[in-house]
Amino acid sequence: MSGDAVKASTVQKEQSMVLQKQLIGDYYDSLGRAREEGKRVVSTFVPGNLTELLRSFDLLPILPEINALQSGMRKLSANYIAEAEKHGHSEDVCTYVKCDIGMLKSGNIGPTGVKLPSPDLLLLSYTGCFTFLKWFELLREEYQCPVAMLHVPYLANGRIEPHHVDYVVKQLRTEVIPKLEQVSGQRYDEARLSEMLALSAKAEDDFVWVLESAKNEPSPIDAYFGGVYYIGPIFTAFRGTSEGVEYYRVLREEIAERIRLGLGPVTPEGTMERQRYRLVVEGPPNWTSFREFWKMFYDEGAVVVASSYTKVGGLYDRGFRHDPNRPLESLAEYCLGCYTNLGLPARVDLLERYIREYRADGFMINSVKSCNSFSVGQLLMLRQLEQRTGVPGGFIESDLVDPRYFSSANIKNRIESYLQMLEQRRTAVVTA
Amino acid sequence: MNPELEQILSRAQTLYEDVDYKAVAEWKSYAPGRRAIGYLPIYVPRELIHAAGMLPVGIFGGGDRLEIIRGDAYFQSYICHIPRSTVELALSGRLDVLDGMLFPSICDVIRNLSGMWTMLFPGRYVRYVDLPQNYDARVGGEFWRRELTAIREDMARLAGGQITDRNLRNSIRIYNQNRRAIRELYQARSEAPWLYPIAQVYAVLRAGSVLPPEEHTTMVRRYLEMASQESTLPEDRSRVVLTGMFCEQPPLALLITLERAGCWIVDDDLLLGLRWFTGEVPEEGDAIENLAQAYLTQSVPTASCYAPDGQRGRWLVDAVRQNRADGVIFCAPSFCDPALLEQPMLVAALEREHIPHTQFKYSEDTGQFAVIREQAGTFSDSIRLWSEA
Repeated sequence: MSGDAVKASTVQKEQSMVLQKQLIGDYYDSLGRAREEGKRVVSTFVPGNLTELLRSFDLLPILPEINALQSGMRKLSANYIAEAEKHGHSEDVCTYVKCDIGMLKSGNIGPTGVKLPSPDLLLLSYTGCFTFLKWFELLREEYQCPVAMLHVPYLANGRIEPHHVDYVVKQLRTEVIPKLEQVSGQRYDEARLSEMLALSAKAEDDFVWVLESAKNEPSPIDAYFGGVYYIGPIFTAFRGTSEGVEYYRVLREEIAERIRLGLGPVTPEGTMERQRYRLVVEGPPNWTSFREFWKMFYDEGAVVVASSYTKVGGLYDRGFRHDPNRPLESLAEYCLGCYTNLGLPARVDLLERYIREYRADGFMINSVKSCNSFSVGQLLMLRQLEQRTGVPGGFIESDLVDPRYFSSANIKNRIESYLQMLEQRRTAVVTA
Repeated sequence: MNPELEQILSRAQTLYEDVDYKAVAEWKSYAPGRRAIGYLPIYVPRELIHAAGMLPVGIFGGGDRLEIIRGDAYFQSYICHIPRSTVELALSGRLDVLDGMLFPSICDVIRNLSGMWTMLFPGRYVRYVDLPQNYDARVGGEFWRRELTAIREDMARLAGGQITDRNLRNSIRIYNQNRRAIRELYQARSEAPWLYPIAQVYAVLRAGSVLPPEEHTTMVRRYLEMASQESTLPEDRSRVVLTGMFCEQPPLALLITLERAGCWIVDDDLLLGLRWFTGEVPEEGDAIENLAQAYLTQSVPTASCYAPDGQRGRWLVDAVRQNRADGVIFCAPSFCDPALLEQPMLVAALEREHIPHTQFKYSEDTGQFAVIREQAGTFSDSIRLWSEA
């Protein structure tokens, strides 16, 4: 099957991939040197991250979720999770948390082999995930460092109201910024922050263009498996930097070229040639068997044209941009609008739009055990989307970084059966 | 047993077993236009519902008294049990008696359940109650005052009238009385747990989720008085604090099992929302401001609320000391994120103070208690046999 869907080739490295690898490597190296260079570091989360604000104080962000997923991809997470469970953490709870704590208990060696510094501050951006709160309370006990709490109200009806923005901005002014000033020893510099936000907006334009390129047929990108690489810089430490802007400029150029040539996405086994099914995917990917998981799709000619996971760090494709003229308000709106901070009806609306706008043949939900924020309600979302669009949905279960919950044969079987069903429907329609 | 006590307990037990909310329907039938508003654990400002002349109804799942037929189809196997039985209650028509539902911000499950409700029952009133995690009066306080005002407006609209300041102050007074009575019950039980067995205390408390507060306060006070007069003799059992049960409730049989295994329960976090404030909410002045301030400064510590002072577990150690407990039993629902993520911090706090503890998990419909009985019994024995005291 593999040869049918994908042109066999050696691993293909686009310039953007090389650039991203360099960015990530340099980033972890800079964390490793932070102490000797006298730099201060702040742990924070991807949804609702305030990267530009941290950078404006010359603070380095550490993202425990990214460390955990990187550990998952590098097959380190199973041992870390076991270590955390040995220390009394329940088998029932989020495996990102346990992976992070297990890594800490095992010497805090980051995914690239560099020892990570202890954070000087935990910036608890409480956005769309209850577990974040407990995670940083647990880390506070481990690191004995201060916490800046940022409560981002939940958008139950999917709309940002002025009082939501006021509440977040007030917290930025009274809780977050004073603590960042204290940790960094620098005064808040709004002009500098605005400059960074302008760079963010520039990168965001190119990022959205990349995501929307999947409206082409064939799609030049995979907006889920490939998408997790595309979101890397903008969701993490590189928003508001010239390196981030450059990455997205290069990426856009590459994708434009792929469209011109009529090429499909680049997979680990080369360019995907035949696209039989266009899918929308809801939920995060599994990281411990990421490539195997992806292969299950591209081997069958299934390309993901839109995904909700690539919106956890912001809904840029619905028009949001960081605004240098309203720096703190804009950061507040960014936090509020992250995907998992939206009520379920708004999430269903968004997925419905993706199914229609990207002309999807089907949609798939990857429900992960670790993440109640994503997972609770997904079975109802499945029904609602089927009713509204007439497009059939598929449902698989796995986990983020606990390999015990990735049952390869079961998942492959489900995906294949689902795609066969799509095929049969297609044939039935043609016959009728 | 005193006949009045028997009558109180029989009434409480009937209410506990009633998964059809007949008592709510009965209350509504007494006068035309009466309305009832459901709420999920842990905390909602019930005063605002009461002040509108409506009945606040606590929805604590179906326990072991409800067969789940449709509810399981909406949730993956790794999600706790309370949303399943709550959806079951609604889909089976048992919650048709309610005129709206409030879902407080306790965890991602209850949060997402609010969105599910909106989709499953279009046209019904649903509100997500976003409790502030910032406790600065000028910041989180202002946010919460605005939320309270919005809920007040919603409740008035649902009731078809106004909520006057006077009515709201009166409701605050009535709930103060209710919380005071419950605190007194807890205090009395802590002093003489053999007089207030857990099955009785729980049923009497649980009645507070469906009875009007005035009636519930009377029930609690009568129970306190009657039970204190019983001639039950003290038994040599370990005194334990139970924690982790603030949302999904354990089956009553589980609590009874713990007692039979040799544990006197001298404090717990069962039905925590009924006694959310540690003190009185001021009854004079700006009622919304008073409710907001009370939330910011007098809320009981629990897992779903951020602890800015970094003293996670201090309250549990204090509960052990204040109740002269011998140990702690962590008794949390399976897959309960707040309770289970919190647990390592609480364990660390106890171990720093050399307080014995044990732990197990349950589901609201757990039916097998042999292992729990053995574990609790061993824990109790080990405390009694080996503690320095």
